[in-house]
Amino acid sequence: MQDFEYQKPKTVTEAGDAFNAQSDGSFLAGGQTLIPVLKQGLAMPSGLIDLSGIGDLQGITATEGSVSIGAMMTHARVAESKEVQKAIPALAGLAGGIGDPQVRNRGTLGGSLANNDPSADYPAAVLALSATVVTDKRPIPADEFFTGMFETALEEGELITGVEFPVADRAAYAKFANPASRYAMAGVFVARVDGAVRVAVTGAGPGVFRVAEMEAALDKDFKAGALKGIAVPEADLIADIHASAGYRAHLIGVMARRAVDAANGEGGAA
Amino acid sequence: MPKIALSVNNKPVSHDVEGRLLLVDFIREVLGLTGTHVGCDTSQCGACVVHVNGLPVKSCTLLAVQADGADVTTIEGVSPDVGLNPLQQAFHEKHGLQCGFCTPGMVMTAMALIQDNPDPSDADIRHGLEGNICRCTGYQNIVEAVRAGAKVMRG
Repeated sequence: MQDFEYQKPKTVTEAGDAFNAQSDGSFLAGGQTLIPVLKQGLAMPSGLIDLSGIGDLQGITATEGSVSIGAMMTHARVAESKEVQKAIPALAGLAGGIGDPQVRNRGTLGGSLANNDPSADYPAAVLALSATVVTDKRPIPADEFFTGMFETALEEGELITGVEFPVADRAAYAKFANPASRYAMAGVFVARVDGAVRVAVTGAGPGVFRVAEMEAALDKDFKAGALKGIAVPEADLIADIHASAGYRAHLIGVMARRAVDAANGEGGAA
Repeated sequence: MPKIALSVNNKPVSHDVEGRLLLVDFIREVLGLTGTHVGCDTSQCGACVVHVNGLPVKSCTLLAVQADGADVTTIEGVSPDVGLNPLQQAFHEKHGLQCGFCTPGMVMTAMALIQDNPDPSDADIRHGLEGNICRCTGYQNIVEAVRAGAKVMRG
């Protein structure tokens, strides 16, 4: 790993200033992806700006219709949060199934979203719940945030400060995890927010995506059976050593049905 | 070069370190505490698990500078001066290891699991150990060891 200047600012403003002072700065959240990337020499930043000392990026606040989660909240803190468990249990469950316990103790919501790994869990929740990603510059609706594989709407130096999740009428997440990495080979988050259904798929395509046909069917009838016969085209999916595109297409259907059943309090969530 | 000051196994430690130094290398190479192992070095196997402020983490995926000001506990810190702690003893009695390379990480993860959940089910134990890989035992005896150790620890 190439050495770098290490800084640990106390405010969002200081973090921005530290970033701008570097020729090639990088924000460090939980480091569960960034540190492996640095080890492999895939990134060689001139400076790392550690966000763990910034109080404004911490905390969880639940109000009547929404839950705000600070960008630096770890997956473990979100999973254990009584507020999140009560308001959006599917989100707490998703956080509790990311990676493994050690990763959940370090990895963060903001880090996961900024990285936008095509197999990460959080993007599915943010997209299906129609959440708002809040940065130091602006609020970004979920539909505009995820722009491709490891690509987001974030501009250079723009920092996620938190995410606002609307409380869903019903929601559930089901994933088929790779048994070694625990990343989703297909993960489907189904949510009905203010009467409208959204279905977001992670792990199976080059980035998180919605399935309009499933959403339309579930809008009419929010039952797993309503999804019968709906298939995501294989051509849009990824194939790798873990699974073919066809296998992932099949998994999407299975996970979507499981998620709907779980959202309805039927069957077992994966 | 950043200077870090932290507590390791309840002893204060301070040192100048390069930003890029991994916590596991600080523990092993600088402090000479070689009970913490480096297995995969890709944050999958869990041989390097230590506690930072009471939470199990993979020390191969943490910079030493990130542990500045923290309380770090390694496998050396959970063992009595002589003999084994109840969980280590249970690994011995239940044949929860063969080569033993993964054992320090298994013990550190299981110690934290039992602190949170003093009477874990087999499913709790298996879910809790998802970040620790053993290539010898097939896990059955590890699960038995954690269950037995938990029983002794809750008295």
